[in-house]
Amino acid sequence: MAAAAEGRDDMLDVRNVVKRQGPRETVKDVSLSLRAGERMALLGHNGAGKTTLIRMILGLTRIDGGSISVFGNRPGDGKARRITSYLPESVVFHKSLSGREQLVLFARLAGQPVDGCMPLLERVGLAEAAHRRVGTYSKGMRQRLGLAQVLLGRPRLALLDEPTSGLDPISRHDFYGIVDDMAAQGTAVLVSSHALTELEARTDRIAILRTGRLVAMDSLENLRRRAGLPIRIRVKAAEGHAAEVAGALGGNRMNGCRVELSCLADQKMARLKAITALGDAVADVDLVPPSLEDLYRYYAAGEAGS
Amino acid sequence: MMRRIFAIAGAELRIALRNRWILIATSLMVLFSLALTFAGAAPTGALGVDLLTVSVASMTTLSVYLVPLLALLMSFDAIAGEVERGALALVLTYPVSRGELLLGKLVSHLVVLSLAVFLGFGIAGLAAWLAGGVGGESLAALLRLCWSAVVLGASFLAIGYALSATARSSSAAAGLAIGVWILFVVLYDLGLLGALVYDGGGFFTRKLFPLLLAANPADAFRIFNLSGAGKVALASGLAGATNGLPGWAVLLSMFGWPPAVLALARLALKRVEP
Ligand SMILES: Nc1ncnc2c1ncn2[C@@H]1O[C@H](COP(=O)(O)OP(=O)(O)OP(=O)(O)O)[C@@H](O)[C@H]1O
Ligand SMILES: [Mg+2]
Repeated sequence: MAAAAEGRDDMLDVRNVVKRQGPRETVKDVSLSLRAGERMALLGHNGAGKTTLIRMILGLTRIDGGSISVFGNRPGDGKARRITSYLPESVVFHKSLSGREQLVLFARLAGQPVDGCMPLLERVGLAEAAHRRVGTYSKGMRQRLGLAQVLLGRPRLALLDEPTSGLDPISRHDFYGIVDDMAAQGTAVLVSSHALTELEARTDRIAILRTGRLVAMDSLENLRRRAGLPIRIRVKAAEGHAAEVAGALGGNRMNGCRVELSCLADQKMARLKAITALGDAVADVDLVPPSLEDLYRYYAAGEAGS
Repeated sequence: MMRRIFAIAGAELRIALRNRWILIATSLMVLFSLALTFAGAAPTGALGVDLLTVSVASMTTLSVYLVPLLALLMSFDAIAGEVERGALALVLTYPVSRGELLLGKLVSHLVVLSLAVFLGFGIAGLAAWLAGGVGGESLAALLRLCWSAVVLGASFLAIGYALSATARSSSAAAGLAIGVWILFVVLYDLGLLGALVYDGGGFFTRKLFPLLLAANPADAFRIFNLSGAGKVALASGLAGATNGLPGWAVLLSMFGWPPAVLALARLALKRVEP
């Protein structure tokens, strides 16, 4: 229990990590930690350093400063490799092996029973194509095969680099279902992604990298609160009352009958009271909280004032 | 450890089978060996040796060129190609060491090479036997040719892996492999020959030349099969060219190259960032 007291129950602990590539620092002083069963999204624009960070955690590339511990092991150690699984950004398998053969090879390398392979392929929806060569797979099918190898042997830490690129909406949904199952079984999951909307309900915390620096890391609610982005209120006036509503509330009159307002979270109730006070002059009200896109733009574009 | 090596070797063999490498290498060897065996049918009477003896001599000369070429073609892409495809990065996140990966590939490539060599030369032997030109001594020479060709292949497989781990890209590795092939089987001998002519029978010719010749694995293979007391030496005309060469030098070169270069390849692989 001493280990827990020191915070070593973290599956992944990244401390002040630095990576230099050529003259540039591509990852700057990044610290983050993941607990068992936690799902974290890693966001950032192209070239922000997401892949580089993941590769350092895997021990594929050297760390130039700071330290990384994978459940107490150095990245790339035998022990660390046994409990970690990885889905690369672009999945590349040998095109003349069948999906099943490729998965069997990974199972043997991982020291896992080979008869677990077919059920895994079924789980990712590749049962039909299991005996076809990977060369004949579509991009989404290769991505699914990549996901199947992630599930081999119930990893304790899963690092997924843009796992949903190339997947159709239904597949994306299935994919996040699988991520939820993994997390429910205690796997810590780090997902890098550009597909913001799909992450909203699917992650416990969100980390945002900007040119190698971690600019935010928190739950979605906390990020929202801290950013203090305005809530948009769309008011639809009843026939012939548009001018009256716009006059009473201020805000922009959008077209014949719509008025758009914005306010901060703590003024929301006051604004709503003012709207309901107008009685029948208001036909409808929509509240639009700041989306992940807005938040991302706020933190990643440097509006956070750092 | 063995499990992982064999897992990799098994997958690599499947790939070699599917992309026709086994077929190409084997039919190449069969074709050339058969051609040489029947082309050799003419001079047998004159030398007083059987058909297989002559054919072993010509197949040795063929192997000096063909076996290193096949080995380099199989191995040059082994690491650089995987790095380029990004496959190495994924494999190395599994609990498999880089050494195991290298050995797995070596095992599968050796199997392919052995298949090509034993089938190719075996069929040539069979043809000679059908033609009635096989004796005990020539059969022993054939066997010796077969396994020493595989050892020769191992040297060049290892060289190929070392190049592949050093090169920045797959195409650069291909270029290096061709360069190495030309250097070892063509330029090296030409250079030595030039030095011989220049030296005109001095210290170099008597002491250094035989050792330098044996130092090249391809030449060591040639000496091992063509010189010595046997009738093959008579058929090849190489007898006497390597007088003054201690027997251990040839064996050391043949068996020393594969592990030494493999160790180098392992070192180079250690520095590869996938
Ligand atoms: N091998 C390398 N050599 C030099 N620079 C590199 C190398 N790999 C990455 N970089 C640089 O490091 C920075 C971060 O790259 P990285 O691949 O981590 O970005 P990313 O956040 O994954 O981007 P994307 O969303 O496009 O995948 C980039 O500026 C990139 O140019
Ligand atoms: Mg990336």
